[in-house]
Amino acid sequence: MVKQIASGLRAAGKTVARACVAALAGITPAMAAWDLNMPEGVTELSRKIYDLHMLIFWVCVAIAVVVFGAMIYFIYRFRKSQGAVADTNLTHSTRVEIIWTVVPVVILVAMAVPAARTLIDIEDTRNSELTIKVTGYQWKWHYDYIDDGVSFFSTLARSSDAARQLGSGVDPNTVPHYLLEVDQPLVVPAGTKIRVLLTANDVIHAWWVPDFGMKKDAIPGFVNELWIRIDDDKTGLYRGQCAELCGRDHGFMPVVVDVKSKEDFAAWLAARKEEARQAKAPQAPAPAPTASPASASTQPEVAQPESAQPAATVAQTN
Amino acid sequence: MAYKQATHASADHSHHDEKPLGLTRWLFTTNHKDIGTMYLVFSGIMFFVGGAMALVIRAELFQPGLQVVDPGLFNTMTTMHALIMIFGAVMPGWVGLANWMIPMQIGAPDMALPRMNNYSFWILPFAFTLLLSTLFLPGGGPAGGWTLYPPLSLQAGDSLPLTIFAIHLMGASSIMGAINVIVTIMNLRMKEMSLLHLPLFVWTWLITAYLLIAVMPVLAGAVTMLLTDHFFGTTFFSAAGGGDPVMFQHIFWFFGHPEVYILILPAFGIVSEVIPTFSRKPLFGYDAMVYAVASIAFLSFIVWAHHMFTVGMPLAGQLFFMLATMLIAVPTGVKVFNWTATMWKGSLSFEPPMLFALAFLFLFSIGGFSGLMLAIVPADFQYHDTYFVVAHFHYVLVPGAIFGIMAGVYYWLPKWTGHMYNLRLATWHFWLSTIFVNVLFFPQHFLGLAGMPRRIPDYATQFADWNMWSSIGAFGFGLSQLLFPYIIYKCVKGGEKATNDVWEGSHGLEWLLPSPPPYHSWSDPPAVKFSDEPGEFDPHAGGGGKH
Repeated sequence: MVKQIASGLRAAGKTVARACVAALAGITPAMAAWDLNMPEGVTELSRKIYDLHMLIFWVCVAIAVVVFGAMIYFIYRFRKSQGAVADTNLTHSTRVEIIWTVVPVVILVAMAVPAARTLIDIEDTRNSELTIKVTGYQWKWHYDYIDDGVSFFSTLARSSDAARQLGSGVDPNTVPHYLLEVDQPLVVPAGTKIRVLLTANDVIHAWWVPDFGMKKDAIPGFVNELWIRIDDDKTGLYRGQCAELCGRDHGFMPVVVDVKSKEDFAAWLAARKEEARQAKAPQAPAPAPTASPASASTQPEVAQPESAQPAATVAQTN
Repeated sequence: MAYKQATHASADHSHHDEKPLGLTRWLFTTNHKDIGTMYLVFSGIMFFVGGAMALVIRAELFQPGLQVVDPGLFNTMTTMHALIMIFGAVMPGWVGLANWMIPMQIGAPDMALPRMNNYSFWILPFAFTLLLSTLFLPGGGPAGGWTLYPPLSLQAGDSLPLTIFAIHLMGASSIMGAINVIVTIMNLRMKEMSLLHLPLFVWTWLITAYLLIAVMPVLAGAVTMLLTDHFFGTTFFSAAGGGDPVMFQHIFWFFGHPEVYILILPAFGIVSEVIPTFSRKPLFGYDAMVYAVASIAFLSFIVWAHHMFTVGMPLAGQLFFMLATMLIAVPTGVKVFNWTATMWKGSLSFEPPMLFALAFLFLFSIGGFSGLMLAIVPADFQYHDTYFVVAHFHYVLVPGAIFGIMAGVYYWLPKWTGHMYNLRLATWHFWLSTIFVNVLFFPQHFLGLAGMPRRIPDYATQFADWNMWSSIGAFGFGLSQLLFPYIIYKCVKGGEKATNDVWEGSHGLEWLLPSPPPYHSWSDPPAVKFSDEPGEFDPHAGGGGKH
């Protein structure tokens, strides 16, 4: 009994010690990873949004310096303990009141103009070269290259899923891209205006990749759209998450996008089209074998959505 | 007409201070001070219940990985924390202060509708029992966020009807409280007091009460539609039946945006009382302050969609809501500038109410800046539903609304109890709260900008460092708050005798009453004269207004 308690205490002590070490470790070597600001991103729009963000930020800083400066100075200067005597006649000044009403209006207009201009660009989805339909499910994403007959689901990677279970004992730091890794990323070409259509199958989700600057809700029964054009030289993997509370596993449906050069993307898409065609081909004469576990596991991503996608989604996208 | 009887017998004050003893005093009381006390105690209890839930959230977010709760319970905690803090802690806190102070500040014996006052309080314990009981239901409590967006909120089990009925009850209570405030201010203020002599706390509450009456029925309507969608086959919010889930968001935020001003406007009132007192100078630009509050209240009705810029609105709609939202910065700026100007050439001392009011001034402004940033639609596409938003609204609600309540309590506590509280301990409470509230919420700006979504129980490892700091701040802030009930308890029990005007620079009718004030505040209106100019009554100006 005493031994049990002792070992329990020791275990608890270890946990606390580990937490402390983790805390200290977190402070020192990871300093460089302490993100403070919005990423500039890799798209035309994300840079405009970033510039706008920095503009408002510096405007706010400038106002804060003036206003907080005045407050601090008054607090310091007019201390009763230093013998300050109140001038009780200072109760009005129409002139300063007009000034501090008009000046903010001017600043706001100056901020609203570039904001409106950027917004107009954001809403202009014309002349897109590729359209991808994104459907939110509890709790995964479905991607559909609607002009090419290629579609697949994208779910949280197994390594993350195992580590994120309550009391899994797995240290998230040992899992590569913990919670931001999927089995099958969305693949898109760089240098192409891509229109993303967003909808959902069950509840509202939101599709967001910070580096692309955009986030929009995926709403069941409605189709939203946004567009992105990733810089030619910015190929690679970009990560984001669902940004609208969508239930229990809202925190566990990441978005991963693999940005390829136009040529690589074309090759990838052709290969996926071929896979999709092959997966369909044996279905016509003998549908039974395709349902066998063996063939399902060879082409799970392509075959599954074709058959598993509920009829409701089709109806909703009309 | 209880107050009339009191007026008749006003010759003998002490006789009327007799009150029933024991539980029945509190159950059946129609006295504004008793009811105010009950509201404040209730608010304090809910503050700690909601705070405990916040600590569960921060404990889970201390490190990446799931250690404390499963994701379902985590979502319940975020949902309940919000509902309890908004409807259980802040709103009853304000109604409690209104009950105590409005009659004293306008020369009235009591609230105008004392029996309804009793009902509106006693609804609350039932409403929150109903809400909290959902935690023990098989499917758990509501977990779809306090915003209750369908279709997610409709996936809840048995908690849904209980949550909705609890919200109905809270709404009924708020509406009754609001009616009482309006009727009291309009009918019971002393004859000589024109509307432009009202103390700012009374003014802000008058406007808040109108906001409450305007929007609480809208919330009731929205949640009732959820109820019928769930149980009676309607499809208000289901696209499959021709409805629209986004319509719920429009209706909800038509309530929700005025609601956030309901939470903050009375704090504006308190700060407008406290800063002049401790600057020993009348409020700068009294009438501008009143007009600013009124404009903020008006604008609050036409900015709701800025909570939902990502739902896919038409361009014109987005531009309208962006511009309208930015416009709010103007009257808000006027208020901040006026408070600052009140300190100009003042004679400042830093007792606890002033400290909390000053922290309000700085930290609410930070929340205002991030609010302005959030109004810019393209940038909002990045900020929306991230920790940047969490940081923003906690800056306006914790060092905003909550510090406002604390400033108010520390300001009037000696008046209520007749004792001075421990100023040293209250100053400690201030410093600990202010330091930890920043450790708690400031890093959340960084988390949001770096890409951490809100309402997630676990996060990618690059968010670990700031989350750890935020959790340390949360526990520090939570523990510091234990000082608050302790200081109040000691003050109720005893302490140095407080004078009638308590603070050197105090102004307003409440300070003419003894400390503690008689059970029925002003059986006869005080014999004071008001100035012809707009502004509050100021005893230091020889009883003739503020000049």
